[in-house]
Amino acid sequence: MAEKGKVVSAAMIAGAVALAVSATAQVTPASAQAKEKCYGISLAGQNDCAAGPGTTCAGTSTVDYQGNAWTLVPAGDCLKYGVEETTADFELPGDRKGSLEAIDRDLPA
Amino acid sequence: MSPQADSLAALQQAFSAALRDAAQPVPAPIAVGAEGPAARGFDVYRNNVAVSLIEALEAAFPVVLRLVGADFFKATARAYIAEEPPRSPVLLLYGRGFGDFLETFPPAAGVPYLGDMARLEWAQLYAYHASDAAPLEIDCLSAVPPAELGSLCFVLHPSLHLIRSRWPVVSLWAASGGAADETDIDMKSGQEAAVIRPALKVETRLLPPGGHDFIADLMEGATLGAAAERAVERDPAFDLAVHLQGLFEIGAVTALLPSGPDTQTLQ
Repeated sequence: MAEKGKVVSAAMIAGAVALAVSATAQVTPASAQAKEKCYGISLAGQNDCAAGPGTTCAGTSTVDYQGNAWTLVPAGDCLKYGVEETTADFELPGDRKGSLEAIDRDLPA
Repeated sequence: MSPQADSLAALQQAFSAALRDAAQPVPAPIAVGAEGPAARGFDVYRNNVAVSLIEALEAAFPVVLRLVGADFFKATARAYIAEEPPRSPVLLLYGRGFGDFLETFPPAAGVPYLGDMARLEWAQLYAYHASDAAPLEIDCLSAVPPAELGSLCFVLHPSLHLIRSRWPVVSLWAASGGAADETDIDMKSGQEAAVIRPALKVETRLLPPGGHDFIADLMEGATLGAAAERAVERDPAFDLAVHLQGLFEIGAVTALLPSGPDTQTLQ
């Protein structure tokens, strides 16, 4: 089914696809990793629930580490926040820890 | 139409005209017996409509709001609302044309990338509310016979939206949220990006050069072969493997249609 003047042949496409598939097999893309909702770790305005007008979470969080605002983190990481503080990523100020459920600290006044 | 329905339609038109423009007369059936307080009541209602639409725009375009400041945003939003009132009672996606409006709004000319920023934020809003769909892993391509890859069509994620800007709009957007340092941004370089919500979170991903047009062709239903052909015509250095990998990595592909339009017409 070769068309006249074609510069990208079926073999080239097959080659590119094979290369793309094999290259991807070596790294797990971030989007494919399982995620969990982690409460109490996001900075003000950076929680993951930013739905825009007409929704109840339109405001986004207004307080750092707000206990009822959540951020998606790789599954299994949430409980490391505030515990494994040797890793900079998991540092939280004070004795705060990440939680898999909404908690009642750092709520806006 | 019955005379009653006719006059109802006329009343509704007069009502909405008076809502948008304070210079229009309040419709007679409402103004009648409405000396003083009730006439002022219509003014209050008109103001509430404007304020709630401004609030909807503030919620939808937080970065534009931050860039221009609250007072400028309010005045701009008021002008936009007068020009493009909502066409739907659902406000979730109100503001689709805000970027285009900002680009032609002389007072905003001092921030030339404001229109693109609004388009990016609207794409994020759109992606948030779009239907869910599960992305495919790139391995699925291994199951397709190599000879058929060229005639493959991709069904792309319903939340996927492409952005192209003459400005580094994605870097500016990231810097405004504190996620990146704006002193590092090269204002002379344009950016292409895909906005998508593969799972729960809206993601804004920079595309390598040529990515916008390649994905746009696929979105319009081009076969993989045709889209690759056109990409190479535009830029002989186009690397199909890199772009395919990126496309699947951001979660953009949700289904494969084994037969392109060519073969479908044969069936």
